[in-house]
Amino acid sequence: MATDGAGTASDLTRLTAAEIAAAVASGQVSAVEVTQAHLDRIVAVDPDVHAFLHVAGIGALAAAEEVDRKRAAGRPLGPLAGVPLALKDVMATADMPTTCGSKILENWRPPYDATVARRLRDAGVVILGKTNMDEFAMGSSTENSAYGPTRNPWDLTRIPGGSSGGSSAAVAAYEAPLAIGTDTGGSIRQPASVCGIVGMKPTYGGSSRYGLVAFASSLDTPGPLARTVLDAALLHEAMSGHDPCDSTSVDAPVPPVVAAARQADVAGLRVGVVTEFSGGGSQTGVQARFTEAVELLESLGAKVVEVSCPHFTYALPAYYLIAPSECSSNLARFDAMRYGLRVGDDGTRSAEEVMSLTREAGFGPEVKRRIMLGTYALSSGYYDAYYGKAQQVRTLITQDFEAAFEQADVLVSPTTPTTAFPIGERVDDPMAMYLADLFTIPSDLAGNAAISVPCGLAPEDGLPVGLQIMAPALADDRAYRVGAAVEAALEQRWGGPLLAQAKELRERAGDTR
Amino acid sequence: MTELAQLVPYDEALSRYEPVIGLETHVELGTATKMFCGCPTTFGLEPNSAVCPVCLGLPGSLPVANRAAIEYTIRIGLALNCSIATWCRFARKNYFYPDMPKDFQISQYDEPLCTDGWLDVVTGGSTVRVGIERVHLEEDTGKSLHMGGATGRIHGAEYSLVDYNRAGIPLVEVVTKPVAGTGALAPETARAYVTELRDLLRSLGVSDVRMEEGSLRCDVNVSLAPRAATEWGTRTETKNVNSLRSVERSVRFEIERQAAVLDAGQKVLQETRHFHEDNGTTTAGRSKEEAQDYRYFPEPDLVPVAPDRDWVEQIRASLPELPAARRARLHAEWGLSELEMTQLQNAGALDLIGATVAAGASAADARKWWMGELARHANATGADLAALAITPAQVARVSALVKAGTINDKLARQVLDGVLAGEGDPDAVVAARGLAIVSDEGALMSAVEAAIAANPDIAARIRDGKTAAVGALVGAVMKATRGRADANRARELILERLS
Amino acid sequence: MSITRDEVAHLARLSRLALTDAELDHFAGQLDQIIGAVARVQEVAAEGIPPMTHAVPVVNVFREDVEIPCLTPEQALSGAPAAEQGRFRVPRILAED
Repeated sequence: MATDGAGTASDLTRLTAAEIAAAVASGQVSAVEVTQAHLDRIVAVDPDVHAFLHVAGIGALAAAEEVDRKRAAGRPLGPLAGVPLALKDVMATADMPTTCGSKILENWRPPYDATVARRLRDAGVVILGKTNMDEFAMGSSTENSAYGPTRNPWDLTRIPGGSSGGSSAAVAAYEAPLAIGTDTGGSIRQPASVCGIVGMKPTYGGSSRYGLVAFASSLDTPGPLARTVLDAALLHEAMSGHDPCDSTSVDAPVPPVVAAARQADVAGLRVGVVTEFSGGGSQTGVQARFTEAVELLESLGAKVVEVSCPHFTYALPAYYLIAPSECSSNLARFDAMRYGLRVGDDGTRSAEEVMSLTREAGFGPEVKRRIMLGTYALSSGYYDAYYGKAQQVRTLITQDFEAAFEQADVLVSPTTPTTAFPIGERVDDPMAMYLADLFTIPSDLAGNAAISVPCGLAPEDGLPVGLQIMAPALADDRAYRVGAAVEAALEQRWGGPLLAQAKELRERAGDTR
Repeated sequence: MTELAQLVPYDEALSRYEPVIGLETHVELGTATKMFCGCPTTFGLEPNSAVCPVCLGLPGSLPVANRAAIEYTIRIGLALNCSIATWCRFARKNYFYPDMPKDFQISQYDEPLCTDGWLDVVTGGSTVRVGIERVHLEEDTGKSLHMGGATGRIHGAEYSLVDYNRAGIPLVEVVTKPVAGTGALAPETARAYVTELRDLLRSLGVSDVRMEEGSLRCDVNVSLAPRAATEWGTRTETKNVNSLRSVERSVRFEIERQAAVLDAGQKVLQETRHFHEDNGTTTAGRSKEEAQDYRYFPEPDLVPVAPDRDWVEQIRASLPELPAARRARLHAEWGLSELEMTQLQNAGALDLIGATVAAGASAADARKWWMGELARHANATGADLAALAITPAQVARVSALVKAGTINDKLARQVLDGVLAGEGDPDAVVAARGLAIVSDEGALMSAVEAAIAANPDIAARIRDGKTAAVGALVGAVMKATRGRADANRARELILERLS
Repeated sequence: MSITRDEVAHLARLSRLALTDAELDHFAGQLDQIIGAVARVQEVAAEGIPPMTHAVPVVNVFREDVEIPCLTPEQALSGAPAAEQGRFRVPRILAED
């Protein structure tokens, strides 16, 4: 489908969010055209990618029309007005189903909107639909979705990462320039890494959790996914900020992330390489690209130091005690009494039986495992040795970060030990699956900021590798600054974004309405 | 299936066993909104019309603590002589139940807001200092209607209907330390504690504390140990204790029941029991296969509560005069006896006396009228004193009329009758019923002459010096004037006349 | 062995999960392995180390005692599997609370 002037529809889907916003604001293209182009793209490729669980075509076009009306009336538009966005299905939306990738919430329509969703809508961002995810955000591959896996646009036989796999794939497949994910153990950064895009975990509390269906309350952090560091920063700014409805939300100004993304330099910055994460646990190509990225930083003027964070080796076990414990409690409310699935209510069974039958039918195996693990860790007699101890280890990890950030301004590591693995490879081996979060988990436990930016393809499989840049809590801008510098230098080397090296997805002929 | 409990008669039980009691009281706070959201706490609204994503526990919702509820709790803690925590947290109490929207309750576990206080309670003439273990803050649950069964209770119901309007209302839990050494006065002590606590809470203005409406709920713990035992016995917890009288009765019953169990050489089961209003007994709740493990952990969605000492002192300075201090002050001001003060307190009449005194009567007069004639009226109709159709100001007026000599005590009773019957203010009743004492000397003189004339033999005895007989003639004058004569003046006139 | 099949069955009951026998067997093995791995936290000496509360330590976040508009009963009941007389209809409850 071709359009005049501004370019073809496929051009519109290749623009960055910043470019789209500028084009809409200047009148070069209408928000409706932009939205339609992306809806067409979804129709063309999502049967293969399966990033979306729900596409709200009518609502999206109406929102786009509203932006066009505002523009025509000369009213001021926000920096992302008219830009389409894919929203992870863990966020409550009053006008779209919210399933959290689970059967237990199939077709559930919340009677309220998440704060983040409301802020985006108020900013004129066009929500295209809800994306697929590991059930209740538990997983690293999106294979735990009750609605089927999402496929990596780089190689449809491989996982897009998880739990925000749908959001990541949507951006990588040009179905949306922006997406929202949530990061609890790495669920924004790891998918971004294996899909060759940018994913950011803000400081915990930086964005409101009101309306974010809780998995692990003290870890869950909503954040942006995009194809460029600047786009991620723009979305970060639009979605963040204090919310009185969330007691844990940070009551301080949003760090100057957009300015930092534009600044994009590292001269004089101290970059710390975490010893415990450089030990060769990663795939060869991942390690190689990481080492090159560190050298690149040095060549850009950063001072590279080695930093030891001794308790980081306990981060994975501590996380797999704390997160399941909190989730076992957070998911108790799915009891068939007030909303969601109800199974077995034949008029003779008790409430207790109906609860148990419903949860048995409505939850997948990973969710059940974690609920039981969490129940175990909180049990009387076990609490001190498991949950209690894990929370102490968490303090030690936070102290490790504090000490490290005295020696370095940012810390770096590979985002995840491997590139995208094949669908089905780890799904029956929980412990192997958990290893994907090895490098991302410490920042979730400490609550500081961390971004993943593409740093190349692994030679052995031609798949994307991510560089993780960690900054102190509330210093999110520092992560963007370094990330943008790396991106600029590498894209110059590559002659364009990494994503341009992916094979084009086959476009299905279909109803382009 | 009813459980027929064996009982040992109360006095006998106490001759062999020592009771230890404990009370856990839940108080619904009278804040305008709920503990963690802005829904109203108004009683009696249409079902599920005062709910929001937070108190419904919808996926994605988050709690935010109500500052007023924290303040009320600190106020209660200070009034109970507790230490206020410098830093504490909320905790999740995890269990599944349909009236709990999140299937966990946000409460406090090992870090309560207030600890280690006391409340003095008077029973049988002596003072017992009831230790307060803790005062903490939590949220209330929804309410279920059990349908399809015969009794409206859970057993035998086919299904239930749940209303979440009450879910999330702030609840303060006050837990006493075990109270030993009360002996035979254990039931009364328990009742007196709840009464005193209720009055205290009411004076603080933190709750309307109506047991009938459920804004004050009591669980009663009782254990028995043989006299001279070194360890306490196993305690039971009795719920559904919905009135002060039930508090007393439930303690009494448990003592009698547990004594029988122990006499039979068996062990008292540590269990939750249910009190039955109709016959004053307790029965065992449904036995659970395993004891509840609530898997408490600190609530991650809330940040710690750290009341700074300035705020605490501000709250302390704003505390009203507490009931015990007030009683002591009134006792001194009114000059009534200990016994009279206790009677007033038990009758809940302190406020009435206070208001009557404020309206100009003496404390003694106020007490006389409220605890005498008016109490008789109240008992006859089964009403509370405060519910009678007469105000303290009106009672003070009646007292003033008597003092002024306008009426006497006997006439005053008729005036009170008239006010209670709705005939108007005391002065109006006096006028309408013609109850004023006859002040006209002439009329009085005529009545005196008539009485003398009608009783010549008595008159003769008086003339002879037997002045004691004058009483009979005074009586005659009173009868003739239908009680409206000034008896003293009549006496004077008679004696003058016959001297 | 970190956890027995019976203990897993107990956890399932506590968590209101009506697992099948096959699931119990399957999960018991996996949970045993996972618990064995996460027990590593016990190796860490943490005497006197306080448990973590929040990434950005903050206290006293409150709201004022002021009413905010609620949901309508229709909205509240909108997801209810069953409703009657404006209330959520639930199957018969066994345990006295």
